[in-house]
Amino acid sequence: MPLIELSGIERRFQLGDTTVNALSGLSLQIEAGEYVAVMGPSGSGKSTLLNLLGLLDRPNAGSYRLEGRDVTTLSPDEQAQVRSRRIGFVFQSFHLVPRLTAAENIALPMMLAGIPAKERNTRVTRALNDFGLDQRADHRPDQLSGGQRQRVAIARATIMQPALILADEPTGNLDRHTGDEVIHLLEALNGKGVTLVVVTHDPSLGARAGRQLVMEDGQLQHDSAHAPG
Amino acid sequence: MASCNTTVRMRLADTLRFARDAALGYPLRTTLSVLAMSIGVAAVVILTALGDGARRYVVGQFSSLGSNLVSVLPGRSGTGGFNPANAITSTPRDLTIDDAAAILRAPAVRRLAPLTVGTSEISFGGRLREVMVAGTTRDLLPIRNFELAQGQGLPDEDWNRGSSVAVIGAKIRSEMFGSEPAVGQLIRVGDRRLRVVGVLKSVGQGLGMNTDELVIVPVALAQAMFNTNTLFRILIEARSREAIPEAREQTLAILKQRHRGEEDVTVITQDAVLETFDKLLGTLTLGVAGIAAISLAVAGILVMNVMLVAVTQRTGEIGLLKALGAPARTIRLAFLAEAAMLSTVGAVVGYLLGQAGAFTLRQVFPVFPAYPPDWAVIAGLSTALGTGLLFGVMPARRAARLDPVQALMKH
Repeated sequence: MPLIELSGIERRFQLGDTTVNALSGLSLQIEAGEYVAVMGPSGSGKSTLLNLLGLLDRPNAGSYRLEGRDVTTLSPDEQAQVRSRRIGFVFQSFHLVPRLTAAENIALPMMLAGIPAKERNTRVTRALNDFGLDQRADHRPDQLSGGQRQRVAIARATIMQPALILADEPTGNLDRHTGDEVIHLLEALNGKGVTLVVVTHDPSLGARAGRQLVMEDGQLQHDSAHAPG
Repeated sequence: MASCNTTVRMRLADTLRFARDAALGYPLRTTLSVLAMSIGVAAVVILTALGDGARRYVVGQFSSLGSNLVSVLPGRSGTGGFNPANAITSTPRDLTIDDAAAILRAPAVRRLAPLTVGTSEISFGGRLREVMVAGTTRDLLPIRNFELAQGQGLPDEDWNRGSSVAVIGAKIRSEMFGSEPAVGQLIRVGDRRLRVVGVLKSVGQGLGMNTDELVIVPVALAQAMFNTNTLFRILIEARSREAIPEAREQTLAILKQRHRGEEDVTVITQDAVLETFDKLLGTLTLGVAGIAAISLAVAGILVMNVMLVAVTQRTGEIGLLKALGAPARTIRLAFLAEAAMLSTVGAVVGYLLGQAGAFTLRQVFPVFPAYPPDWAVIAGLSTALGTGLLFGVMPARRAARLDPVQALMKH
């Protein structure tokens, strides 16, 4: 059973009088544990695809099965539940809550899920150690470097032990060196069995993935898993 | 996927801490809305303290006039003002000392004091001044709760006799006698020589007559001095509070009989006057509270504005919370908790400010009992919390309804 199974996905946006097909007739399967890079020019539909995979957006047509379960028909609260337990997000601009410390930002998904404070503290302490942030636990985001911020964000994305991590340009706001560090972190997580989907403009970053998807005009133009020859 | 069957629910303590941190994260915004709410609550507390203080002050003053009091005035008009009916028919019959003596026979009447008043000159040892003279009987003092500082009251004698004695007010005593003893001295009032038998305790200014500058003499003597047969008033004390209407009825019946079937007097019960003032000032307090409550509604709208701004400012954060798996309910509760916190803190601060203001008022005007009534405090606090929550609902719903994709783009 594939982790992700998209079939016949359509996503249209109304922009004034014109309808834009952000995704059209998209079918795709991703197995558990895969490392997939999604590439393509701006407006090709890669962000829309990522939002759909993350259950932040709904398709106009088609079906999305996550771990064998049709998630397009779930209620918003049920989708929130799936996001909470199965999906972790890493954003280009980190999206840390500015008034919360590094430790509190990492604990946020657990707090939203109603996990008791004691268990939260244990898991946050472990995560801080794993990501080399143990000296930064009480720092607020504005007291952290870009690389540290993204490490906090990745710690947050993995704290609920999701099956799938969706990263949208995770190195876009970082210099080359820090970006490499962050990518190595994500790849290490993938090495432990977490499925990793990375949206990127950077061809060298895309080349590191086990599988490349190239989008254009809302359609899958190239899939290295089914590449001819 | 078994874990998906349990509902995601943020803990209450976490929701409250999250809301608190969010409020503290924007100090200016939070301070302003707390301030607005606290001014509203403080206004309710202080204004109702003023209104209710006025009510208590007036009621207190009336009670000090004497208990279970019924007053008889000559003439028919209810308010004591000019009544054209009197002018057309005839001048009212005199209210005499004998009328007063007759009323004393009414079973519901405990005691009474006829009263004649006028002004005259008092002199002693070359000092001279104008005074108010009250002609009455021994029972005026207990009926009106007047107390003696020295000596005794008027003698218990035939009301028509009028011995040459006087009881003087505290201020008259100090002005005429200085440090000398007053009791036993002979003074001149008008063209009469009177012996001072008692001095009243100083009471200061009240709603009734100022006894500090009063000279009390036997009623027959006063009538002779002022060359009149009629009484200014008869003050009647009923046997009990319940006996007041009875005393009134019996008094009217006796006087009607004595005045050839004509009801040419006015009988005022203290209760009726007191009740009118009580009601009037109670309504005033309520009205003032209503006006102050408008400021609470305004504060509620301000909290709503502040929360709407918060939702706009924190759109990116709301998108993040959704991405991290927060259901709409959690986001709604977080924002509602924040609004509730703003108004709760505002209400508490306002309550303390209001109590401090009322305390200051009481310090500055010690005679004025400026205590906010309990109902006003409870109503003020609950209106503050109510409007805070009510106006918090709309921003909270707006936050919960945000589209996560759109929200995440705003960062």
